[in-house]
Amino acid sequence: MTDAPMVGSMPTSAPSRGGATVFDVHDVSVHYGDFRAVRDVSMQVKQHQITAFIGPSGCGKSTMLRCFNRMNDLIDTARVEGDISYHGVDLYDPAVNPVEVRRRIGMVFQKPNPFPKSIYDNVAYGPKVAGAKGNLDDVVEQALQGAALWDEVKDRLKESGMSLSGGQQQRLCIARAIATDPEVLLMDEPCSALDPIATGRIEDLMVEIKERYTIIIVTHNMQQAARVSDRTAFFTTEVSEESDRRTGLLVEFSDTDKIFTNPADERTENYVTGRFG
Amino acid sequence: MALTTPAAQVGAIVPEQVRRQLTGRRSDTAGRIFQAVLIGAVAASVAVLGVLVYDMVQTGSGTLTGRLGDFLTGSLRSQPGESGLLQGLRGTFYIGVFTVVFAFPIGVGAAIYLEEYASKSRLSRFIDLNIRNLAGVPSVVYGILGLAIFVKALGSFTGPSSQGRSLISAGLTLAILVLPIVIITASEALRAVPGSLREAGYGVGATRWEVTRDHVLPYAAPGILTGTVLALARAMGEAAPLILVGAVTGFLSGGTELDPTTLGDRFTAMPIIITTWAGRPGPEWEQATAAAIVVLLVVVLLANAVAILLRNHYEKKRG
Repeated sequence: MTDAPMVGSMPTSAPSRGGATVFDVHDVSVHYGDFRAVRDVSMQVKQHQITAFIGPSGCGKSTMLRCFNRMNDLIDTARVEGDISYHGVDLYDPAVNPVEVRRRIGMVFQKPNPFPKSIYDNVAYGPKVAGAKGNLDDVVEQALQGAALWDEVKDRLKESGMSLSGGQQQRLCIARAIATDPEVLLMDEPCSALDPIATGRIEDLMVEIKERYTIIIVTHNMQQAARVSDRTAFFTTEVSEESDRRTGLLVEFSDTDKIFTNPADERTENYVTGRFG
Repeated sequence: MALTTPAAQVGAIVPEQVRRQLTGRRSDTAGRIFQAVLIGAVAASVAVLGVLVYDMVQTGSGTLTGRLGDFLTGSLRSQPGESGLLQGLRGTFYIGVFTVVFAFPIGVGAAIYLEEYASKSRLSRFIDLNIRNLAGVPSVVYGILGLAIFVKALGSFTGPSSQGRSLISAGLTLAILVLPIVIITASEALRAVPGSLREAGYGVGATRWEVTRDHVLPYAAPGILTGTVLALARAMGEAAPLILVGAVTGFLSGGTELDPTTLGDRFTAMPIIITTWAGRPGPEWEQATAAAIVVLLVVVLLANAVAILLRNHYEKKRG
């Protein structure tokens, strides 16, 4: 087991030496129709690290996150330019099946969104559509244990997932995401609808499971990024002069420690010290 | 704020004064009038229905209590005291069956395509608008369509023995008539499915078909069923298109069997019987008409009840 997470304990664990590159992002811009939501993002995401995306509202961090499992495909007008490769494979190659991508790259959403089905069926659904046959009891138990929810729900697996509290629902969503045994977990502000205690549990959980998964988390909470992440990307917005519309851009991507103590860019420093945003 | 309030002012607050302020009645005349108008609107709607039902039951009570069994199982006759509704009930039953068998799957399928599959292009918006317009087309126009297509052009298929003036023609015509209603209500039910539910499904690697089948349709099922009930009630109550596709208004031989091989024969239906009888002179026909209306209302209510039970079942499943 990993140690209990400690605030500011990151430098001891040799930051940014996470090993293999999972995502290689090169000059990515995302448009919704003729609106450019985020432009020119380049970064590398390493295995078994927690990468945090921070920045003010509208800076494109959620949009960027949704590029990694091709969730933007669901929006008719969305268009992704540039290259995103996953272990060297171009994610946007026409031959790539987005359904397969999403099985390997799971997602947890901002608002807990369990299916209106039983707790068991919520977790078993991913493996089922992936073709798992037979008894899924073990898979369900492992996933719920992985999400630190098993002890609370093991006696009421047949109850609706909607009957759980908000924090439990979000852990159920995490269990659902890890039940398909993904390699990467994308988390889009997973704690924004939760109270501090539930938030703490989810943060502990993230640190615990990063040995098995690569995690990218979007968060509005800078303390959260500082507590859990190894690397942090700071996004901000700029207002285009000709169209007066906001576009997000990546300002700085570095070890979390450096972002919060010694950022290279003045805009990052203003944001993390609370002078802006 | 409290810190900056002068002590004198704090001391000036007298409980009696506060009580007077808090219990003082504001005269809200406009609000009261508005509420009265709203209650009046509800009362007017209920009163119309109540008067209608009361009047019909009152007028038809003689027939309904005197010879109900005979009335339901008898055939059309020239005497009001002998006439029965069986042929009309059979016709209306099959019209309901045609609606459920044709309009429901085609309408729901079209709605699923428009909402879940088609990209939101100018073309899909144009189609959407036109389906809405179709729902407003008068039913006589659909009758003419049915006459031209099912009776004239396809008569040899829809009713060789009746020159196309058959229940098949009538059922298909009414299925087309209610199709836009089914599409519109099903689309609205699908639109009400939260996007986060779809995202959850896609997020664990489900295909579009799996997301639609496992999450979107179960969630939308109650709304879709409600729409189908509306469509069914509409189809069962339509008379004008049936006259155009050749429903029998006078005497009809046969037309009492439920055997589907007789669907190509000549037919009649409840609304046709009601309109025909209503035009005949004398208090006896008037009684028979009222009784027939009560029977049609009960049939439609029964069909609605089944659909509402189904809807509740799916709503419970939705959790």
